Amino acid sequence: MLNIFIKRLFLAIPVLLAVASITFFLIKLAPGGPFDADKAVSPQVLKNLNEAYNLDASEWEQYVDYMSGVLRGDFGPSFRFPGRSVSEMIATGLPVTFELAFYAILIALLIGISSGVLAALKRNTYLDFIPMAIAMIGICVPTFLMGPLLVLIFGINLEMLPVSGWGQLPGDKILPSITLGFAYAAYIARLSRGGMLEVLNQDFIRTARSKGLKERNIVIKHAMQGGLIPVVSFLGPAIAGLLAGSFVVETIFQIPGLGRFYVEAAFNRDYTMILGTTIFFSAMIVFFNLLSDLAAMWLNPRSRDIS
Amino acid sequence: MSKNSTLWSDAIYRLSRNKAAMFGAFILLILIVCAVLAPWIAPYSYSFQNLELGASPPSTDHILGTDVLGRDLLSRILYGARISLLVGFVATGVALIIGVSWGIVAGYSGGRVDSIMMRIVDILYGLPFIIFIILLMVIFGRNLWLLFGAIGAVEWLTMARIVRGQVITLKNQEFVMAAKAMGVSNLSMFRKHLFPNILGPIAVYATLTIPQVMLLEGFLSFLGLGIQPPMSSWGTLIKDGVESMEEYSWLLIYPGITFTITLFALNFFGDGLRDALDPKTTDN
Repeated sequence: MLNIFIKRLFLAIPVLLAVASITFFLIKLAPGGPFDADKAVSPQVLKNLNEAYNLDASEWEQYVDYMSGVLRGDFGPSFRFPGRSVSEMIATGLPVTFELAFYAILIALLIGISSGVLAALKRNTYLDFIPMAIAMIGICVPTFLMGPLLVLIFGINLEMLPVSGWGQLPGDKILPSITLGFAYAAYIARLSRGGMLEVLNQDFIRTARSKGLKERNIVIKHAMQGGLIPVVSFLGPAIAGLLAGSFVVETIFQIPGLGRFYVEAAFNRDYTMILGTTIFFSAMIVFFNLLSDLAAMWLNPRSRDIS
Repeated sequence: MSKNSTLWSDAIYRLSRNKAAMFGAFILLILIVCAVLAPWIAPYSYSFQNLELGASPPSTDHILGTDVLGRDLLSRILYGARISLLVGFVATGVALIIGVSWGIVAGYSGGRVDSIMMRIVDILYGLPFIIFIILLMVIFGRNLWLLFGAIGAVEWLTMARIVRGQVITLKNQEFVMAAKAMGVSNLSMFRKHLFPNILGPIAVYATLTIPQVMLLEGFLSFLGLGIQPPMSSWGTLIKDGVESMEEYSWLLIYPGITFTITLFALNFFGDGLRDALDPKTTDN
């Protein structure tokens, strides 16, 4: 286990380095400099600006300079918001996005696993069909439609919940978390149903039943450990999806998180911000994928033996 | 079933008995016809503005109402179908071409080539591709064909894995070995022996990729990073609908319903096709 972890961690380093380098040079390819914006700037000012941001140096020098900064956790200044550094913006946005993603995944796991396991146990009854039909809706209704519809119903028509902000009004975290979590609840429900069905047919479950164990113990202690492995391996990629979802959800609900900062940076062509967040997001996702793979491996006795 | 039933005739028989899948196929057919015929069947041009009318709820003149600029919503949905479905098919096509060739080469070569190629796929799997699409759109401008290419370039990974797995199983079967022993060239080996035998999984995965791709396009357009006005896809229509949903909720609801129904139809049809081509999955 530890060996694999270390091996994968070492593999992740060149990957991240490559991602960072490609992004850096892609950004350099972008047409137009950061300062040829709306107002024309006098040549002298432009020269000073270029000097201040080290844009006069050769691209190679800029690259080395930037990369050594990244290693120290310094992503450089923001081009659009003078005086603010990219690291600062990541530090303010990240806790909000993390909290949102945490609630969303919590909702997804609670609803998804319970309905998926129940559906597998009560196969081909209404307790199977209805949750699976709802799950199909969750997969087919995209986040960017689900969010506005929830706002329309619960915010505008029923006036039950606030429709924007984060942590300013009571209950304003409910709708964004549900919006983000719903699609994942649907995926997790389908995955846990499939995984449970597979496990429930296996010999060790029959053995457990013939020993006369209580059904509840069979399900919780024996079946779920194996049946939920697909869910655990799904969690890594889900983090990447949650991140993309946070772009939409934070835009809809006007939440000051990293996702919205990223979308705004993309609009404003705030190149350093895009560069910094891309590298940061990539690192996070590589890390979470690693964690979920390891967790799935640890849960599966067969792959545990090999290592 | 008749004596000389092939895999495909079996599959079509099973598919035709699957009501959800046939319903999905029916909806898709209607949508495709509507999208192709949009210039002839749409009651108005998608850009025809009637500023005096402004946003009006559904009426006899405008069956689904009009938007803030007085443009007919039904016409805009029909024209939007062209873009949304085009993205779905073209980007899936790009993903297919890359994924299938990558998978065949990796699986057929085996050994070091295979492990290097699949390691690359593993690595790419772990990266936040949505961010790279946004990055490309920001750097190179919001170009329709770039969007197709970028989305396709993201979705090929699973295809490559599926195809590689299939090819490895096929490679060790007698008819492939026999063909190899007879000195069949690599190219005709792919074309005549390998490709026809992996067509099933490819077809299934392709149908299931189309809704993914359309979701991705909708997502980008919703953020304003996809299709640009005056062109509209269903994603941009939903985006416009959200902006004015408080007063004019029909502008959000009708494009939303159309988009959701399409995704349903594609998913049902894809699931049905998978069950039809792989009888094992229907058993459990």
